[in-house]
Amino acid sequence: MLRKGFAIAALGFAMLAGPALGATTFEEPKDVHWSFEGPFGKFDKAQLQRGYKVYREVCSACHAMNLMYFRNLGQPGGPFYDEKYPNPNDNPYVKSLAKDIQVGDIDSETGDAIKRPAGSADKFPSPFPNEPAARASNGGALPPDLSVIAKAREGGPAYIYSLLSGFEEAPAGLTVPPGKHYNPYYPGDLSSFWTGKGPAPKGGFISMPPPLGPNKVTFDDGSPSTVQQQAKDVSAFLMWAAEPKMEERKRFGLGAMIYLLILTGLLYASYRAIWRNVSH
Amino acid sequence: MADTHVGEHPDPHVSGDDPSRRDFIYIATGAVAAGAVASLAWPFIDQMNPAGDTLALASIEFDLGKVAAGQQVTVKWRGKPLFVRNRTEKEIAAAVKDDHAELRDPQTDAERHKPGKPQWLVLVGTCTHLGCVPTFGGGEYGGWFCPCHGSVYDTSGRIRKGPAPKNLAVPDYAFLSDTKIKVG
Amino acid sequence: MSGHSTYEPKTGIERWLDTRLPVIRFAMDTMVDFPTPKNLNYWWTFGAILSLMLVFQIVTGVVLAMHYVPHVDYAFASVERIMRDVNYGWLIRYMHANGASMFFIAVYVHIFRNLYYGSYKAPREVLWLLGCVIYLLMMATAFMGYVLPWGQMSFHGAVVITNLLGALPVIGDAITTWLWGGFAVDDPTLNRFFSLHYLLPFMIAGVVGLHIWALHVPGNNNPTGVNVKSKEDTVPFHPYYTVKDAFAIGVFLLMFAYFVFYSPNALGHADNYIPANPLVTPQHIVPEWYFLPFYAILRAVPNKLGGVLAMFGAIGCLFVLPWLDTSKVRSMRYRPTAKLYFFIFVLACIVLGFCGARLPDDPVIPGVTSFILIDSDLNSFVWLSRIAALYYFAYFLVITPILGLTETPLPVPESISEPVLTEKKD
Repeated sequence: MLRKGFAIAALGFAMLAGPALGATTFEEPKDVHWSFEGPFGKFDKAQLQRGYKVYREVCSACHAMNLMYFRNLGQPGGPFYDEKYPNPNDNPYVKSLAKDIQVGDIDSETGDAIKRPAGSADKFPSPFPNEPAARASNGGALPPDLSVIAKAREGGPAYIYSLLSGFEEAPAGLTVPPGKHYNPYYPGDLSSFWTGKGPAPKGGFISMPPPLGPNKVTFDDGSPSTVQQQAKDVSAFLMWAAEPKMEERKRFGLGAMIYLLILTGLLYASYRAIWRNVSH
Repeated sequence: MADTHVGEHPDPHVSGDDPSRRDFIYIATGAVAAGAVASLAWPFIDQMNPAGDTLALASIEFDLGKVAAGQQVTVKWRGKPLFVRNRTEKEIAAAVKDDHAELRDPQTDAERHKPGKPQWLVLVGTCTHLGCVPTFGGGEYGGWFCPCHGSVYDTSGRIRKGPAPKNLAVPDYAFLSDTKIKVG
Repeated sequence: MSGHSTYEPKTGIERWLDTRLPVIRFAMDTMVDFPTPKNLNYWWTFGAILSLMLVFQIVTGVVLAMHYVPHVDYAFASVERIMRDVNYGWLIRYMHANGASMFFIAVYVHIFRNLYYGSYKAPREVLWLLGCVIYLLMMATAFMGYVLPWGQMSFHGAVVITNLLGALPVIGDAITTWLWGGFAVDDPTLNRFFSLHYLLPFMIAGVVGLHIWALHVPGNNNPTGVNVKSKEDTVPFHPYYTVKDAFAIGVFLLMFAYFVFYSPNALGHADNYIPANPLVTPQHIVPEWYFLPFYAILRAVPNKLGGVLAMFGAIGCLFVLPWLDTSKVRSMRYRPTAKLYFFIFVLACIVLGFCGARLPDDPVIPGVTSFILIDSDLNSFVWLSRIAALYYFAYFLVITPILGLTETPLPVPESISEPVLTEKKD
């Protein structure tokens, strides 16, 4: 009876193994080390700065980040935080970064739509005024907003890094529809596009062309601008953008866990002391 | 088994133990528990304080060319009215004359405008009594008059008569150019 | 046992208050002097844990409601504003979201404890029914709460569940239109879900009050299932169980804190960080983990109305349990056969949970194709769900009634105090 129980339990755990995606396949994200992983992880400020540059110079042409304000770049844990400016809105480097970008506004006298340089209190501007415009410029596909993308995809930053650095030539026998690109890390079902031998390759067709290229972004700190570096840095930046409070959360958590351990220990000692003379 | 009949004597301090060590455990536990509750209470209280986006002060820029001499323009800044007044020579002189008069909230006129730009007065348009918006040019000093309870301000925005305790507030502002200011 | 009160007001203020509104007497009678069986094990601490979680969810929820905007155009962004701009907003939001999961972990342990020790049996049937009502209210609250962030799972989960009501014959469509406030899940739906999500926990609190009252009439059950015979069998609730419950709460909070601080999205679904899009259905719509067993039962039946009836029937079985159980012995400690069937029942529930997370046609054993039985391959999750669901219903409707009449229980001790001295615990 017990043995049967164990067998059933083992079967149960085996069910956990596969992803619940039916015929959809994809390569598992590459196993990468992040500075912010684990209970004591922190963001690497230099990496966040490089990642912002990649976003600003490459991705922002098509992808909005509607939940991000320029002032977020200067907040504690952010890429351009400066202790001298506890209110990130005052941070002069943030202001200068913002000034380079034009945002839409209304002329307060005439009511006309105008463009003006952004300030730290402004949101990151969206490259397109609305969804139909975004789709029209991208062959019908909508480039997703990147504000929380690192939390909105299974695999998080590892998935983003793998996707960006993992574009491959489509294997012979795979018919790639026009306007699409093969990526082994993008979930898809390629069985109906495959005429080669054996099972269809893993992965899917993504509408985004490979966005990164060697030396496409010049890093101010002199880091080599390989596709892997750019992909890694922008993935870390996107993780920060999705969870700007991560470092604060882990810090608070350490204190909370230690405090709770002490409190629980004391409660256990009290419990034992109270129950000492009662047979139970 | 020294089984005291626990139901009959509901005394938590069971006999036969070292009282000071037991009590220490209870006191320590209680203190740590109280500390936990207090530290947990702070986030719940602090969350009602202004959030990051509110604190990211909305600052506005204003084109002074819109204000004719002797006139005032009112704009909204941080949810409150902001007076930008272009003072005439007469109004400036009247304000300076009273610099050392009997003032409830003593301030010289020079302290209330930017150096070299006495004709520009930038004030928060909220009466320091209970918050009504004073009317332009009213009252015997030609400054402002608050209709709610009769406070009278002079041409420097200083309280002269009525219940208001302080002068109209001067916000944090700076000249970006001769014709443009940034407030906040 | 609702015996007479032993409280004696000591100070003048106490006497004054006692004759006007005896709150101190009430507190002393229910939480301090209350005679509680002295042999309660840790499975009994989950009641206190549940009370704490209810208070916790209400406090964090009310605070979140100060910042959340229940409109389809602002809901998602307002939650993100809480996470980014509101002071400690990230903490309060993660506590509320993970608190819901913790609440359900505790309630499932609590329910299984009741099943094992026969706490639902006479004279505690009303206590059990009130508990079932609380469970239903919890599920309604959690369902509506998950809709509020207006992510992809929020929206499409709401679509799936509200569409279930369309299965009801004749009135189905009218009811769904009424519930939606329109022709689909949209802004009116979100707004009313927010209102009801705010309301229901206070109704839960009221039913919890009745639940504790109903408990205090006969007093707590205990692991032996034998009634309290004398004062010797009991200890006063304070400090014996206040401190034991506090210790159990400490351990529980450690688990809670681990999730909140180090793995806050582990129990959720990544797709819910995608803003709701009515035109795009996620690849795989899954409810939160605590609904998975019922989701599996729903999908096990190939007929839409049948699935809905089976799902609600599964909860209905809980309600009628006290009248299905024919056993004269209360606690499964002394019912070895029942114990075995119970463990298989727990396993069936866990299996149903796993099945609910998978696509029905996915193979259980990967790579193996068996034969098609009725509508699906035998080696598929839908068939595994059917087998587990069959056992679920059989456990309540067949096994429990028959077993009470046919099994030979172990000898039950005379009183609580007796086995403490002689028996080993289970």
